[in-house]
Amino acid sequence: MGTDASQDPELLRRLLRAKDRMDAASQEDWPVHRLARVSGVSAAHFARSFKQAFGVPPHRYLLTRRIERASALLRDTDLPVTAIAFQTGWGSLGTFGRVFRDVTGHTPGTVRSRGRAAARELGRVPVCALNAAHRPDLTIAVSEKRRRAAGRIKASREKEAS
Amino acid sequence: MMSQGVQVAGVYVRDQDEALKFYVDKVGFRVHTDVRNGDYRWLTVQHPDQPSFQLGLFVPGPPAHDAATAQTLRAVVAKGAMPPLVLMVDDCRAAYEQMHGRGVEFTQEPVDRYGTVDAGFRDPSGNGWKLIQARR
Repeated sequence: MGTDASQDPELLRRLLRAKDRMDAASQEDWPVHRLARVSGVSAAHFARSFKQAFGVPPHRYLLTRRIERASALLRDTDLPVTAIAFQTGWGSLGTFGRVFRDVTGHTPGTVRSRGRAAARELGRVPVCALNAAHRPDLTIAVSEKRRRAAGRIKASREKEAS
Repeated sequence: MMSQGVQVAGVYVRDQDEALKFYVDKVGFRVHTDVRNGDYRWLTVQHPDQPSFQLGLFVPGPPAHDAATAQTLRAVVAKGAMPPLVLMVDDCRAAYEQMHGRGVEFTQEPVDRYGTVDAGFRDPSGNGWKLIQARR
């Protein structure tokens, strides 16, 4: 795989359009063929090129955006967690809670109460920068994160046992 | 009258003619300076209400950059990785309607939040702007 700079800027600009569309409507389903159509490339080419350009596969990027939006709604609104889960694209509250914890390390409830305390400080930052600053840094797959967490729990249990 | 302060800040664009058309015809800026020296072109535009500030529209390349650096800069801009830009307007929805009608690529429709309204758009090269309604 080449470096980022080896990718054609015209292609990158079109990949950015697909990324922007996910940003604008992360609650929607974004199968690769839909994203590929936005960028005007084949599905196989899209998935490969997107990861090369932005460092994460498109579906994982979408996940970070959903978590980011959910976090913002938890901080800034009084909507029930269930409503936030469905509004941000999850099919079930259980999946939302699990992925949210896996990605952020916190429960939605914790993020809500902590965000409230900090909210008064943030009024002067443009919203885009604010959201980007809170974007979960999802450089490993959620399943991998879950596996590592399970490993840590196992290790600490073994430690206690010995 | 202001005599000290930031006079020019620039963005990298992939094509200066394209960028000029975009910022003048679609966003509503006007040309401040457009001078050439051989292949080099110093091009700045400005907001009609803000005569003390110029936005430079610069193309990566010689004499400032070698070919590999220029390619990297073009890629970074096309990926939307340059710093955010903010355009303040009196009425975000009206500005959105007008610019959208002129074919500006919006990345976010106007949204009410934090006591104001904001939208997002990109220039043809990939530079991202927030369009924010001034608080009254």
